[in-house]
Amino acid sequence: MTARETRYFGKPVRRNEDPKLLTGRALFVDDVDLPGMLHAAFYRSPYAHARIRAIDVSAAKAMPGVVAVYTAEDLGDYWQPGPLLVPPPPVHKMPVFNKRTQVPLAKEKVRFVGEPIVLVVAESRYIAEDALEQIDVAFEPLPAVVDVEAALAPDAPLVHEDAGTNIAAHVIQEKGNWEEALAAADVVIERRFVYDHGHAAPMETRGIVAHWDARMQTLTVWDTTQAPIPIRNGLAGMLGLSEHQVRVIAPFIGGGFGPKIMMFYQEEVLIPWASMQLARPIKWIEDRRENFLAMTQERYQIHDAKIALTRDGKILGVWDSFLHDTGAYIPYGLTVPLNAQCTLLGPYVVPHYYSEFKAVFTTKAIVTPYRGAGRQHGVFVMERLLDIAARELGLDRTEIRRKNFIPPDAFPWDNEIIYQDFAPLVYDSGNYEPALDKAMEMIGYRRFLEEEKARYRAEGRHVGLGIVAYVEGTGIGPYEGARVQVQPNGKVIVATGVGTQGQGHFTSFAQVVAEQLGVPVEDITVVTGDTAEFHWGTGTFASRGAVVAGSAIYEAAKAVREKVLRMASEELEVSPDDLELADGNVFVRGAPDRALRLGDLAIAANPLRGAVAPDTEPGLEATRYFGPPRGATASGVHAMLLEVDPETGFVRILKYVVVHDCGTVINPLIVEGQIHGGVAQGIGNAFYEKIVYDEHGQLLTASFMDYLVPTAMEVPPMEVAHVETPSPWNPLGAKGVGEAGAIPVGPLFAQALEDAFDNAFEVTEIPLSPQQVWALVHGSKEKQS
Amino acid sequence: MKPPPFEYVAAHSVEEALDVLVTHGWDAKVLAGGQSLIPTLNFRLAAPAILVDLNPVSELAFIEANGMLRIGAMTRQRTLERDETIARLAPLITAAMPHVAHPQIRTRGTIGGSLAHCDPAAELPAVCLALDATLVARSQRGERAIPARDFFFGLFSTALEPDELLTEIRIPPMPPNTRYAFREVARRHGDFALAGVALTLQLDEAGRIRAPRVALFGVHDAALLSESAMRLLDGAAPSEALVREAAEAVAHDIEPSSDIHASAAYRTHLAKVLTARALRDALGDALGHATE
Amino acid sequence: MQKLSIEVTVNGTTYRRDVEPRLLLSDFLRHELGLTGTHVGCEHGVCGACTILLDGEPVRSCLMLAVQANGHTITTVEGVAPNETDLHPLQQAFRETHALQCGYCTPGFLMSLLPFVETHPNPTDDEIREALAGNLCRCTGYQHIVEAVKLACRLMHAPQDA
Repeated sequence: MTARETRYFGKPVRRNEDPKLLTGRALFVDDVDLPGMLHAAFYRSPYAHARIRAIDVSAAKAMPGVVAVYTAEDLGDYWQPGPLLVPPPPVHKMPVFNKRTQVPLAKEKVRFVGEPIVLVVAESRYIAEDALEQIDVAFEPLPAVVDVEAALAPDAPLVHEDAGTNIAAHVIQEKGNWEEALAAADVVIERRFVYDHGHAAPMETRGIVAHWDARMQTLTVWDTTQAPIPIRNGLAGMLGLSEHQVRVIAPFIGGGFGPKIMMFYQEEVLIPWASMQLARPIKWIEDRRENFLAMTQERYQIHDAKIALTRDGKILGVWDSFLHDTGAYIPYGLTVPLNAQCTLLGPYVVPHYYSEFKAVFTTKAIVTPYRGAGRQHGVFVMERLLDIAARELGLDRTEIRRKNFIPPDAFPWDNEIIYQDFAPLVYDSGNYEPALDKAMEMIGYRRFLEEEKARYRAEGRHVGLGIVAYVEGTGIGPYEGARVQVQPNGKVIVATGVGTQGQGHFTSFAQVVAEQLGVPVEDITVVTGDTAEFHWGTGTFASRGAVVAGSAIYEAAKAVREKVLRMASEELEVSPDDLELADGNVFVRGAPDRALRLGDLAIAANPLRGAVAPDTEPGLEATRYFGPPRGATASGVHAMLLEVDPETGFVRILKYVVVHDCGTVINPLIVEGQIHGGVAQGIGNAFYEKIVYDEHGQLLTASFMDYLVPTAMEVPPMEVAHVETPSPWNPLGAKGVGEAGAIPVGPLFAQALEDAFDNAFEVTEIPLSPQQVWALVHGSKEKQS
Repeated sequence: MKPPPFEYVAAHSVEEALDVLVTHGWDAKVLAGGQSLIPTLNFRLAAPAILVDLNPVSELAFIEANGMLRIGAMTRQRTLERDETIARLAPLITAAMPHVAHPQIRTRGTIGGSLAHCDPAAELPAVCLALDATLVARSQRGERAIPARDFFFGLFSTALEPDELLTEIRIPPMPPNTRYAFREVARRHGDFALAGVALTLQLDEAGRIRAPRVALFGVHDAALLSESAMRLLDGAAPSEALVREAAEAVAHDIEPSSDIHASAAYRTHLAKVLTARALRDALGDALGHATE
Repeated sequence: MQKLSIEVTVNGTTYRRDVEPRLLLSDFLRHELGLTGTHVGCEHGVCGACTILLDGEPVRSCLMLAVQANGHTITTVEGVAPNETDLHPLQQAFRETHALQCGYCTPGFLMSLLPFVETHPNPTDDEIREALAGNLCRCTGYQHIVEAVKLACRLMHAPQDA
């Protein structure tokens, strides 16, 4: 039986988790309330770059209600730089990699505004914040390192003096030989592109509650992490505990989008430690200002890129050299720039590719993946190059893409360069033309170009069309695991190690199990993010939940199904082939009265007396692991109609369509939701959200008043259609969908904007703003006159 | 983001509130709707010793029309938005209200709070300028009426003395043939405006513009009337050329600042574009006739 | 430290507490009364996650002091459903249309929308989006929330069968 056609799989099943969330009964970290609980707040650096000369906490310590105040000095040997979460990739040419990771509390020097220096623990958060105002730190300000190009100047101030440079890493990857492409080219296009990506801004900020139970000698930590198991393992190591003494729970999480998989945040290291010091539970809930300052973010890359083509628009090669702003430390290694480097190739045949990047230390918050994780940057470069090439060659923009698509029979397609999972980037499957055709049809491509555009223009309206393509490497290893257990009451428990942040795993994972066991989805409870329930796993990142954990769950459910069939076949004296599972029963096909309840089989599988056959495992339970050899490559085409007010530079999206291929769809409602949310974040990235640091490294956008997350008025209705090219590399045929929606919106905006003004100007930078649009329109008018 | 400690007094009458202001002077802060003050406290950007809460002062929440339209300072913005008397007598207010933040903010936010706070990008100060409103302030020294044009001094700064309370807004009746328009642009719906215009004008029997009041916001350290534009418009016959000329003229009167959302040059440009659009909205058919 | 005695009715229950003047209403509801369904997202009045009904009208609970709620009636998300097992039509509509993902912003949306769906039998998309604009959602892109509002309005204003 395949996983694909049936009763539960592929259906828009309503979510199991919703009733709790809708009635205010779901447990989030800040909802944890323990007797005797204390509250923490951090004194954070007001400077981007400064030496710490002295710290005076005496007044804070003396305040009523303040229980403890800790500086780096107080941490003793516990003070250690954090681990390098992702080591450098095995690429051929990496002349530089300077491992510099964050420290729990800044000791001699601060490297970004918001870096924690002092931890205050008090009877309430109100009192803890009062105490912060009494802390006196003597700083010797140093020049900030804000601009990545200036950071590379020979006399630039150094973020890490001992590294002798602000270059965090220098990586070169090649496929074929760019020089050959250049020699054969009819046309070479060269441009500089700047792509800036921002804050994840999940509605729930970060938070930690740690409770050291001195009598039980156990540490329980509620953490808004996307990776509870690695946090448990790391904390046990740091605190000198065995893993069984530490339980990490990631309960309901109010959105993650990447930054909540960063580890170890300074607060994550400190709050559990302080709880052990004081033998009392401690809660730290990040406020929104702290979230803007101190949660990891993404930022900008500057790409100098060239594309070499034949006269008829075939890509011969791409050359790209870019600078990547990595912030003050580089704990997450090179995932973001590697994703940019790899994803730039997109759905296209690029015979020759040279790509080089330097990751640069700056005195700003740490950069780690945020939904898209560098893929946006790469896609922007490639899609912009193709648009400009199409224009120069007199080709239709969809034709130049179609002409260069990897053909459907060419998979698996080896791009030869190393991806974030450290293996060469190989696409498992794909079929790009049907997606393009469908998107063109949905947006009315021909009709717009041939009729509507002229009509709008005659009315004095500036409406432009955009259409772009992309791929996304998803669902990478190393592995996830799951345990599926039928309980005596017939209900099923599924435990897995990944955390969940709203992706609907409680339902989509249940659907995978329901399909195998014939148990209704609402009778299947999925437990995620609790290390007491499942010991092994990595986390939710890289659009991998459904692909990797989903596949492990599928394998475990299949094993339980086999045991059910084996037991029932003995009990009912029929061949397993003649048995069916439905409604919580196993029964003889065609004779539904010859049935057994799964719950009764579970009881029978756990006898209290008598002997069982050798090698028999008790219970209707199985644990399985899944590690994909390679990731699954999702793809898609987005198109939109954008109207621009030429006098103000304000825009309105008239129509937005998405054609997406995430392989086999487990729950179309959830997939649509993921895409909608991704597109909304993409629109934010393209036109509203921008992180602004001034020349002193001060963050000017540290509130929702200045960091503009789009509302329902800015996000348009979207039409979503699917192409299904199942992945051959996992049993579900699934590909990840978590990040896809957010990836191609920047170049889409750019193209539509240019189109609205008949290419009177070129857009080489994202995000845009009304002011920038006005300046582009205004500038092109001045040029004309 | 928790407020610093302060003392709190719930005032039940204007007199009670004035007592606190006299006793504490600049150390006291008046809490009206709180939709700007409480975030300021949460960010710890202000640390008043004492808050005097006007919300229980029921005598300050009223809308009365008796020749003059009188609005109590503690009238909620949501009430202004929905009130039929306002819609009839001062429809410019009704037109502006949906742009003031969001319903959840307007439910608490008050007209007096917004005027006394004097955010340069807020809508209501400009609306009061365009309506030629008079603001009534009370202290233990007595009551005084301040014309709107003398009330808004600059960034978060008004004519109110520390012992004074804004109690009432008086709006003169609009003569027949009064036209009005409201325009603003904000990055997102409900955000403070990058630039905005509120205006009123009358058309006399000859079709000429009389008593124009062009108020701008978001483009200066406080809302202001564009005297240059008003001089050009007063007594002139409506035409597209006049609209453009008046729009250009607002640039003489404003000094916008640059910030992360808009440069001074862009704000000036927006002020002109919006003034032209607002004038076209207000003149409407009159403009059509004039150009024929 | 000044403490003030207040009396607040929340979801039909009257509570008497002594509170510090600076205690935010959001913290009072969550940490004094244990009604943690009201979520805190920004504490500066923009995100809308902490929206509650004060005397039937939606307000930001992070922009009010607990002392200001003295003598008032509040409804939080815990008080929306008719009983322990059933959902309010608006909640039901959110579930049917997949209008929530992480669910953190959801209580704020529900509280903002309750008066809206009660008074709008057949709202337009534009009206709905304007009604949503005071609440930020980072997961859904709002589209399914728009659909949920339409469905809720239909459910609540369906013509009664004879």
